[in-house]
Amino acid sequence: MSVYSEKVMDHFRNPRNVGEIENPDGVGKVGNPVCGDIMELYIKVKDEKIVDAKFKTFGCGAAIATSSMLTEMVKGKTIEEALKITNKAVAEALDGLPPIKMHCSVLAEEALKSAIKDYYKKKEKVK
Amino acid sequence: MKYIYMDHAATTPTDQDVLKAMLPFFSEKYGNPSSLYSIGQESRTAIEEARGKVAKFIGAKHDEIVFTSGGTESNNFALMGVAWANQKKGDHIITSSIEHHAIINPCKFLEKRGFKVTYLPVDKYGIIDPDDVKKAVTDKTILISIMHANNEIGTIEPIAEIGKIAKEKEIIFHTDAVQTVGHIPVNVDKLNVDLLSLSAHKFYGPKGVGALYIRKGTKIVPYLYGGDQEKRRRASTENVPGIVGLKRAIELAEQNMEEESKRLTNLRNKLIEKVLTGIDETILNGHPTQRLPNNTNFSFKYIEGESLILSLDMEGIACSTGSACTSSMLEPSHVLLAIGLPHEIAHGSLRFTLGRSNNEEQIDYVVEKLKKVVNKFRSMSPLYKKK
Ligand code: FES
Repeated sequence: MSVYSEKVMDHFRNPRNVGEIENPDGVGKVGNPVCGDIMELYIKVKDEKIVDAKFKTFGCGAAIATSSMLTEMVKGKTIEEALKITNKAVAEALDGLPPIKMHCSVLAEEALKSAIKDYYKKKEKVK
Repeated sequence: MKYIYMDHAATTPTDQDVLKAMLPFFSEKYGNPSSLYSIGQESRTAIEEARGKVAKFIGAKHDEIVFTSGGTESNNFALMGVAWANQKKGDHIITSSIEHHAIINPCKFLEKRGFKVTYLPVDKYGIIDPDDVKKAVTDKTILISIMHANNEIGTIEPIAEIGKIAKEKEIIFHTDAVQTVGHIPVNVDKLNVDLLSLSAHKFYGPKGVGALYIRKGTKIVPYLYGGDQEKRRRASTENVPGIVGLKRAIELAEQNMEEESKRLTNLRNKLIEKVLTGIDETILNGHPTQRLPNNTNFSFKYIEGESLILSLDMEGIACSTGSACTSSMLEPSHVLLAIGLPHEIAHGSLRFTLGRSNNEEQIDYVVEKLKKVVNKFRSMSPLYKKK
């Protein structure tokens, strides 16, 4: 099917970092009200740096590919750098998405923001 | 890699015999059927022969058949034609909530033009209750349009019974028989219908040609205006090769339908059984028995349909989620929602519609691959673990 770029199909076929992280430092769970798709993102943080990221997604090809790409992009980034990742950046890294599927990448951005929020919340508690 | 096509409700390949019958009408026998010289009259004769064939096949009379560009046009013609022609009598139309978009969208258009449309609900199998039709009728009702069989879940509707109600109340009754003609017996008198839509490419004919049956005496105005073709019921130079192809497709259906529908019913039952027993948390959508011989429709909980389609395509299997026309939309199928499936389950639905090219071996292959991809996506699903 040619609606998706080769890169999207690659990440869809072989999604990177599928699964959960035990005792994660942050978890983001978001859903898209339009299509009903759901994404869960887990991050492990060391010294303000994301050292591991994993995801679980109920969604279309684009949702799975953006989840996969996102986990690749955030790994090794500091929290501050990660916060700057937009859905557009994820889509671009995948060589683009069909317009009707751009919203799927929003899911990835939101999952990341929510995971980082969770991380901050957890850190507060530890303090 | 072998390619397994299981989306015959979307379209069927044009039969070689059909193609052969059509070919001369593109280049050698190219005359305009409205021309009086002999090459034109040759086309005219071919059209009238085809008209006779179509009519006979569905139990109609020769001049009750109007050729169209396909199911969508036939449906639009039926709805608009009857609505405009009977406006003085009333402004109410009854249809169902699981019709094809070629019915739903013209209905919405008519609503914007002042008509009132009742969209009848269906039960969990997708069946319309004739009593609901009866109750919906008002003295302003001018048309009832209910599909013969549903394109997504394959449920066959009680058309004859609904037709009886329409007849008693003297309301024009249309059925969209695009999914049934050529697959199960269709007879306009037995079904008690005044109008019936059919399309050639759903039964191994070419795309772009269909017909609308219009019972003699039905009050309807044309949908296309221009020349005098089709006894002024549908202007435009006839699609002669297409019409010839439609005729040949009907001849082939006549020969094979009975046997083929038995064969497909067996294959279908095998596929249903293997999927339901081999993959847990799976639902069969549509009626268990009152369904098209070739239709299966499943919901696989906790996963989403598009991922399944893409993965099956990579394994060489073509099937669909809901209807092919909705694949660019995000909302789950209106049919699956109408039979009461929640959003997330409707999203994970697949339709396999079988046809001539399919056999037992392919069923085994499809089920094996299906198991694999369902497991893969369930293991990635945040919903599945919560069980
Ligand atoms: S369609 Fe919903 S995430 Fe892609």
